[in-house]
Amino acid sequence: MPPAATPAFHPVLRMLHWSMAALIVSMLFIGVGMVSTAGPAYSWLLSLHRPLGVAILALALVRLPVRVWSSTPALPANLPRWQARAARGSHLLLYAGMIVMPLIGWAMVSAAGKPVKLAEGIVLPAIAPHDLTLYAMLREAHGILAYALFALILAHLAAALMHGLVRRDGVLRSMLTGNA
Amino acid sequence: MTHRRARSALPPWAAYGLIAAIVLVLLALFAFAGGWIGPSRVSGAAVSDALEYNAGRHAGYRRAHAKGLCISGTFEANGNGTALSRASIFKPGRYPVEGRFSIAGGNPLASDGRNVFHSMALILRTPDGQQWRTGMDHAEIFPVADVAAFVGLQRASRPDPATGKPDPDAMQAFLASHPEVRSFQQYMKAHPLPDAFTDGPYYSINAFRFTNAQGVTRFVRWAMLPEDPLVALDKRTLGGLPRDAVFDRTLKRLANGPARWHLIVTIADPGDITDKATVAWPAGRRTVDVGTLIIDKALPAASGGCRDEVFDPTILPPGIAPSDDPLLTARSAAYSNSFTRRASESARSILSVSAKEF
Repeated sequence: MPPAATPAFHPVLRMLHWSMAALIVSMLFIGVGMVSTAGPAYSWLLSLHRPLGVAILALALVRLPVRVWSSTPALPANLPRWQARAARGSHLLLYAGMIVMPLIGWAMVSAAGKPVKLAEGIVLPAIAPHDLTLYAMLREAHGILAYALFALILAHLAAALMHGLVRRDGVLRSMLTGNA
Repeated sequence: MTHRRARSALPPWAAYGLIAAIVLVLLALFAFAGGWIGPSRVSGAAVSDALEYNAGRHAGYRRAHAKGLCISGTFEANGNGTALSRASIFKPGRYPVEGRFSIAGGNPLASDGRNVFHSMALILRTPDGQQWRTGMDHAEIFPVADVAAFVGLQRASRPDPATGKPDPDAMQAFLASHPEVRSFQQYMKAHPLPDAFTDGPYYSINAFRFTNAQGVTRFVRWAMLPEDPLVALDKRTLGGLPRDAVFDRTLKRLANGPARWHLIVTIADPGDITDKATVAWPAGRRTVDVGTLIIDKALPAASGGCRDEVFDPTILPPGIAPSDDPLLTARSAAYSNSFTRRASESARSILSVSAKEF
């Protein structure tokens, strides 16, 4: 039986949501920033990109079971069906993105045959074979999905603000303060 | 409840406007971060573009140093390097090495007499998983100090299809604004050109930081100095050399047995310039012979494993770190972009396996 609906998200989920929001948005900016320059910022941004990506993956793997097993607030009953569907679909895609993106990045560096270096002396094992064609596909996917994820986050943000500012139906508050 | 009523003061048009404004600001910031708006910057892709402009686009090949030869062998560390760096590669022992000899430029079918700039790239691995990647040139200094000048040089030195030589006016204008290129030209004029890859010296180009087990950090450069005596090419008859003369001589030499180099680390004196590859250090610096490189195999680049490697000079083991030379970051970004381009080209099977290639 699914858990009963509650007025707000679990505090752990709210904390994870906002910290990961900051991390993921930073990550997307770092990503487009680093490929835009061969200047000194490149190495610095690259050295941030890998550990942040792994941190996001780790947090997402903690978050997913909490999201699945905690009771979450129901969407307002008067929400149009297409909006309710879009909400569920986009949340699914956001979860997929925060897990798949770091894995593609990790696999892509592995397929390039480069060490997956997180910090001085910390190198993760390869999770994909050293293969030029595989690298090409993963690199392309990493870029395309990054833009798609940014678009999805903007849509998610706009929808949340619509709930909070236009509909004022408590959906935004359920992730903000938790007070119904 | 008062709080809720205060917020409901926002009329719908203002709420929609605010939401649109927030989304647009985020989009603008994203575009700024990605370099689509705001001041222009030189990306790794811009370096690839400049190299393609200079030498043409050769699908599947490196954008620079397109013509190469895969090599493999062993590095024998004598232990002297442990005083300078805690990297495992300096502990006495024998470690596997793979690498690549190449000539500069983006043309995989370049003539060895026309393109006389030689390089050795290596990946040195130790059993604990550390690796040291290095791309070395046979000149101690680099023509330009930063990535913008490198792009400018590629654009100015594009060979005219009719004459095979760069436009003298464009080159003159570039040299006038980049006097540092002169020292490189003088260096090339003063130094002999090896007739093979096996009898040439190779230099780290940039400075690096070595940190030893005691935590002492020193600026260093390194060189691979050959045991084979250098046989110089006659600079007056370079144009008449067979296309693959240097490559063929190298293959013949390696067929007769391994070639050896000594890895010599040079330690900077206080005050030496460590962030400009255009400037050589004065003579008389302390040097340490840290081991011997033995190259015993060579394979054409298409069939050898080196095709799939990036010789990014910033992939370093603990105990070796980049200096503040901006060229190192630029090399890392540019090699990465070149790697992505040729990987996607070969993924699209543009690279014909049967093409004659070194």
